[in-house]
Amino acid sequence: MMSRLTVFGLLGLVIKRDLLLAMRRRADVLTTLIFFVMVVSLFPLGVGPEPDMLRKMAGGVLWVAALLASMLSLPRMFSADHIDGTLEQMMLVPQSLTVMVLGKIVAHWMLSGLPLVLIAPVLGLQFDMPADAIGVLMLALLLGTPVLSMIGAVGAALTLGLRGGGVLVSLLVLPLTIPVLIFGAGAVEAVSGGMDAASNLSLLGAFLLFALVFSPFVAAQALRISME
Amino acid sequence: MQASPKLEVIDLACERGDHRLFSGLSFTLSGGELMQVQGENGKGKTTLLRALCGFVQPVAGAVHWCGRNVEEWDEDFHAQTCYLGHLNAIKDELSALENLLLTAGLAGVKLTEKTALDALRRMGLRRREYLPVRVLSQGQRRRVALSRLLVVDAALWILDEPLTALDVGAVDLMQELIGEHLSNGGMTIFTTHQPLHVAGIETRELLLS
Repeated sequence: MMSRLTVFGLLGLVIKRDLLLAMRRRADVLTTLIFFVMVVSLFPLGVGPEPDMLRKMAGGVLWVAALLASMLSLPRMFSADHIDGTLEQMMLVPQSLTVMVLGKIVAHWMLSGLPLVLIAPVLGLQFDMPADAIGVLMLALLLGTPVLSMIGAVGAALTLGLRGGGVLVSLLVLPLTIPVLIFGAGAVEAVSGGMDAASNLSLLGAFLLFALVFSPFVAAQALRISME
Repeated sequence: MQASPKLEVIDLACERGDHRLFSGLSFTLSGGELMQVQGENGKGKTTLLRALCGFVQPVAGAVHWCGRNVEEWDEDFHAQTCYLGHLNAIKDELSALENLLLTAGLAGVKLTEKTALDALRRMGLRRREYLPVRVLSQGQRRRVALSRLLVVDAALWILDEPLTALDVGAVDLMQELIGEHLSNGGMTIFTTHQPLHVAGIETRELLLS
């Protein structure tokens, strides 16, 4: 009577579990979102309120802020489960560890990336961005933020259990996310300059696929090493 | 599940850092047998149990399950083991019931709420089923963790200090549960610093020194 979880069963269960936990601890989710809104809102105060300048730098500011905000929740991605021992049990799940990690990545993105995508248009208006630029910004964030969660998962797995791992993971992950930043902000800039954003968006899509194939596997291996 | 599950440890050696904990360790555990790993603190009891689970890579030797190396079994071996570590592996934010349903779900067991409630009640958690684990005492949390043993259908139980924080009644209950498990053809390997006797079963002892 041995029943086995299917791949999708495990994926669904891990996502459901992480979302349920996040609902019990809403402060963590809100922190990321509020941090994003605050950082973006500080720029007009710091550089002055000229609409031309704000419009020009909106894409870059929003992307840098999204990058920093997504770093906030990374250290907790595996460490909360590591501390109370649930990660050990999850590693003993009779199903692929890679799939388990993918589930955690998806849940992490839904809690830290997706809210940023959804709030971005409001912040875009604050910078007087035109509607088409806002559309591209959302699309670029939609493609780019999952990549941040995926690269971040590898960093979080590698630094698991280390003292000061929280800061270390940002130092490790931020340089690796530079391509996402360049092409993400590039897409917004292209459309503001009257050009086509398709090439930038395709590259972001390519990053997404590449990360989707490799990062869960690499993070799973990193977790095995960290658990020893 | 195989007719007669068998765990063989062959010439196993483990290190922590550069420190050799044990080497040349061999034993066989068959269905219906109970083994207690003994040794002073720091002699590698936990490391041995973690090596059986595959968390620790042994520097030499191998672990075989039903005649095949566990590395070849991989996830299929996990389906036949239930490991309980020092940590309870339960989530403070969730209720005892939610915790049990989740762990069982991850182990591939589709549990009805009633079965889960029965398991928790048998573990002495009546009227605590819906409380967040955060408000339970240490002993009660351990009981929540142990209730996993009741619902997961695993041949090999690997228990690291299962009796920590348990009161006398719960220790009796654990002995009873292990007895049932063994009489169903299962096997158990455990560490403890408290006495644990299962009626009618001779506890094999493995001394790490």
